[in-house]
Amino acid sequence: MAYKTFDETDFKNIMAIINDSARVLYKDKINAEYSHDELGGTHSVPDIVVKALCTDEVSKVMEYAYKSNIPVTPRGSGTGLVGACVPIEKGITLDLSLMNKFLELDEDNLTVTVEPGVLLMDLAKYVEEHDFFYPPDPGEKTATIGGNISTNAGGMRAVKYGVTRDYVRALEVVLPSGHVVNLGGKVVKNSSGYAMKDLMVGSEGTLGVITKATLKLLPLPKKTISLLIPFSTFDKAIETVPLIIKSKAIPTAVEFMQREVIMDAEDYLGSNFPDNQSDAYLLLKFDGNSKEEIEDDYEKVAKICLEQGAKDILISDTEERDEAIWKTRGAFLEAIKSSTSDMDEVDVVVPRNKVNEMVTFSHTLKDTVGTRIKSFGHAGDGNLHIYVLKDNLTDDDWSKKLHDAMNEMYGKAKSLGGSVSGEHGIGYAKKEYLKNSLDPAVIEIMRGIKAAFDPKNILNPRKIF
Amino acid sequence: MNIIVCIKQVPGTNKVEVDPVTGVLKREKVDSKMNPYDLYALETALRLKEAHGGVVKVISMGPPQAKEVLKEAFSMGADDGVLISDRAFGGSDVLSTSYTLSQGIKKLDGFDLILCGKQTTDGDTAQVGPELSEFLKIPSVSNVTKLIEVTNENITVEMDMQNTVEIAKINFPCLLCVDKDIFQPRLPSYLKKMATKNKEIRVLSLNDFEDKNTDNYGLNGSPTQVQRIFPPESNGDHELWAGDGKSVTTKLYDKIKELKFV
Repeated sequence: MAYKTFDETDFKNIMAIINDSARVLYKDKINAEYSHDELGGTHSVPDIVVKALCTDEVSKVMEYAYKSNIPVTPRGSGTGLVGACVPIEKGITLDLSLMNKFLELDEDNLTVTVEPGVLLMDLAKYVEEHDFFYPPDPGEKTATIGGNISTNAGGMRAVKYGVTRDYVRALEVVLPSGHVVNLGGKVVKNSSGYAMKDLMVGSEGTLGVITKATLKLLPLPKKTISLLIPFSTFDKAIETVPLIIKSKAIPTAVEFMQREVIMDAEDYLGSNFPDNQSDAYLLLKFDGNSKEEIEDDYEKVAKICLEQGAKDILISDTEERDEAIWKTRGAFLEAIKSSTSDMDEVDVVVPRNKVNEMVTFSHTLKDTVGTRIKSFGHAGDGNLHIYVLKDNLTDDDWSKKLHDAMNEMYGKAKSLGGSVSGEHGIGYAKKEYLKNSLDPAVIEIMRGIKAAFDPKNILNPRKIF
Repeated sequence: MNIIVCIKQVPGTNKVEVDPVTGVLKREKVDSKMNPYDLYALETALRLKEAHGGVVKVISMGPPQAKEVLKEAFSMGADDGVLISDRAFGGSDVLSTSYTLSQGIKKLDGFDLILCGKQTTDGDTAQVGPELSEFLKIPSVSNVTKLIEVTNENITVEMDMQNTVEIAKINFPCLLCVDKDIFQPRLPSYLKKMATKNKEIRVLSLNDFEDKNTDNYGLNGSPTQVQRIFPPESNGDHELWAGDGKSVTTKLYDKIKELKFV
């Protein structure tokens, strides 16, 4: 479908809605960052950037765009990895990062209501100060909650607590027409028609613009203990993961990490990791209400790990110790990125008992494809982050090898019963792989849903499928 | 090398509240842990032992529950632990604490080196280490950020002073207060924890000391007293600058330079 080319008249009309020149970026005022996301593989500069402050502004801009047939791409902090916030068809980028107010902490219903631009790190801090807990914990803490909802972000506590979708109770959404609707509510149960709120979660800004979110909170666990477990070989470490899951102990996180990625992170952060006796580690986290309760909990897991050949179990039970470990873990993506010229990632998810098979496969791929491949991930929930690095390859060579590697990995994931993306979404970069992995009939239904919400296809076009 | 490491049990979080009326730290319901600075001292000791052989003995002064931090030190690799504990030591200030520690250390079987953390997170005076060395009549160096050379007779260290970095060679026996980040402290080991679960901790009380005069200990032996503890006023000082990228960058650089960050 041909869109209207954004012109001076459109600019004037948008200015009339926003009426604040500091919040409208046009032509050369548009910073380069608006043309890409964090991974930067997809590039396109919008015609105009509008930094909205309230639902009414979003609604009016949307209504104008709908009537004028101008594409609109919503954007949070731009920390995505698949190009979902890149305005492929140009038009209007709707920056929601200034809508970052905490609207209500409802201690009776255990919910918090926020605007979409609230950063994950600010949300976590805010609720913890009130003795509450928002469990989803993606590594990128400067992401907005709107972005997290749009990708159904998972993060490191998914093993025990689930993902973002499990914590969204209600959403205020501006539809492509500009109409504002409320989906869900502060209710614990809901069997009232289609699960529209859940459909909105993970829709990557293609169905509506989230302008308000009510999130479910839990009481804050009083204590956490992490276990860093060195293994003599990587195979032994990863083979232990399914046994931990099977043991019915419920850690909040099960991560795996390897020496070379740890060393990248040490270089990147300029600080030392507290252990260097091994090439492969599992990192587990437990939470509970007392040290004793947690110790009882992890005893069983410690035993399994030692039986499987762990060299030791290292205990992190204070803020300082946790910081030394988790700061390193949190820096992996940036560290790998800074160790090479370019990279792309695979965010596959496989059934939990297949995680070792998937990781081992990605390791052997290094040799068959001929690139460096690094990985780390949420072993406990089957979601892996595997990075293919460009290093000194020529652009052509890189593009070919990357494509080969991706096809191999997505093919393997599918054969193991997995999916293309665990938490980063499809966006623009992974469309081809989603298409290959789903039944065409399912893609057709998705197209139908998109058309029902957005008959003119102006909201974040050319994404997902 | 025979090394003694002084460690202290402190509140487990830096979010301890001060009762605004009584000015007393609200310690109830707060977990405790080893003073984070002491972890650097212990790590330094364990590395010296690994490189040069010897024994690492940890010593703490406090109530009976302070045994927990000694046990934690065992799970990090310390060989032996001693708790100095007596009701008569309650309310000690830095001088009295240092004196008490010196009396306890005199009852042990000698040492080549005493290592202390730079300061504690609950007292923050950074005085106990140097005062302890005075009572023991041995030399001491504070703010140690690096070990340069270790021989049978002496140790050469780098210390980070306010305006200078100084290198000192110091003969054994001596005392060093090490700074944060001299080494990344290792994590406690579950295997060592299990192996030392029932390990005995020697307790020394006033009766074991050479000097049994209660006037020299606890509140009696403390020339300083805390008048008032209060939460510091929060400081929201900030400057706002406007201008183009270049002028603001220059300003920022000048400011960082003025504040000695570069």
